[in-house]
Amino acid sequence: MANQGPAYYSPYPTALYEGVSTPVEGKAILLDKEVDEETAMREIAKQMLTKENATIFPGPQVLYSYSDEARKKAALIKEMAEVLNAKMIPMYDYRPKYPKIDAEIEINPNHPNLTIWHNDIKAAIFIGVHCHYANVALKMVRCETDCYTIAMCALSGHEDAMATIRDQHASDLEQFIKIAREVKAELKL
Amino acid sequence: MAIDIYKINPEFRDIMPKEIIDLEENATWAQNQKKPRGIKEMPDTKEILEEHSLCAGCPEAAALRYVLAALPKPEETIIVNSTGCTSLMFPHIALHTVHSLFGNQNAVATGIKRVLDWRFPDIEKDVVVLAGDGATVDIGLDYTLQSFFRQENITTICFDNEVYANTGGQESGATPKGQVFKMAPTGKKFEKVKMWELATTAGCHYTMNMTASAPKAVAKAVREAILVAREIGPTFLNIYTPCILEIGLSANEGLGEMKDQDKDRFASYKFVSPEAEEFLKKCKEEGKL
Repeated sequence: MANQGPAYYSPYPTALYEGVSTPVEGKAILLDKEVDEETAMREIAKQMLTKENATIFPGPQVLYSYSDEARKKAALIKEMAEVLNAKMIPMYDYRPKYPKIDAEIEINPNHPNLTIWHNDIKAAIFIGVHCHYANVALKMVRCETDCYTIAMCALSGHEDAMATIRDQHASDLEQFIKIAREVKAELKL
Repeated sequence: MAIDIYKINPEFRDIMPKEIIDLEENATWAQNQKKPRGIKEMPDTKEILEEHSLCAGCPEAAALRYVLAALPKPEETIIVNSTGCTSLMFPHIALHTVHSLFGNQNAVATGIKRVLDWRFPDIEKDVVVLAGDGATVDIGLDYTLQSFFRQENITTICFDNEVYANTGGQESGATPKGQVFKMAPTGKKFEKVKMWELATTAGCHYTMNMTASAPKAVAKAVREAILVAREIGPTFLNIYTPCILEIGLSANEGLGEMKDQDKDRFASYKFVSPEAEEFLKKCKEEGKL
């Protein structure tokens, strides 16, 4: 199952190897359980609002202004960060950094654990990261940190995240922000 | 859309590192330039190569910076590379780069160019192959020459260091006769393959053999080769970028070595087909060069 790490510094076994796969349409995955999207959104909001140093990692698909959807999502992610009291650290491209990244202000898919260790992040949302790099980054984070990872994916989700919801377009982010506000009120934060 | 992938959404501007903001604001994208791009702007503008992990003083790194500074339209350029020292630099370029299997670079570039022409018929898209002598002259010779025979509209640039450098120093087809390397202790038994002559014979419309000792000359050749490839047919540049480590030089001796070879193995060779010559004349009149 998609356990929280550390899994002894090995990316194996992956979640898929342990029988966890991406959710079917309209559903989400929380650890190894398939749940309704709304249930997942509530849990995600709760995790982000209650864990230390919650952070959103926006990727290139939302950081750059190349389409209307990207522009809409950018505004919504900013709002989401405010609702969740979360920090934002960009994964602005996938180039390996030489000689090393500045873990305080950036995250790189080739060694995402460095940023999570450095900032002591206990819950993180990956959004707008291209799937092939999200897969790599989530596997590393899963095995090398105890961060609760959340994948908000515009395609079919990521089994190596602790929580994954799929088909997340601008309208779904609006729905998530609404739910996050409710959860925040329930938690009296 | 191509240039838009470098425009940062205003919501995230405050969290982006300076080098990415610089890339948007200070890189010489062709769309924002009145004059053709070139190496003169390098000191004042943001380079497309952020950093690299090659050896200190490596002439290949310098050559790549000149090449990138001279691309006529970087935002519409795709670079295809192959295995070798060059593949250590390509992940650091802020452009689309495709790493192909060793030697396959011209076949991969062919496919990319054809699809781009079909998908974006109204936009000039440049496909540039950058590979070492091992990939171009030895392992990928077949694919390289076949792409010339087929008259593909791609530019092929060979960074010729005359050795398989990053695997420890084995001789390549481009190694000169008699040269001894760590993994070629008895010395090479036959002559250096003159790839530039093969390229001309195989149908390239613009072929050059040169060193990277003169940045302006490299930039001019790159610009001309890409423009010719865009309109006429395949072009080929063979640029000497010595592996200072394998030939026993120190970090500050690369330039001297290139200058020495300007008069020897890499004495200037230039072939321009009549069509290409006519076309370049037109480009000059239109201010594209």
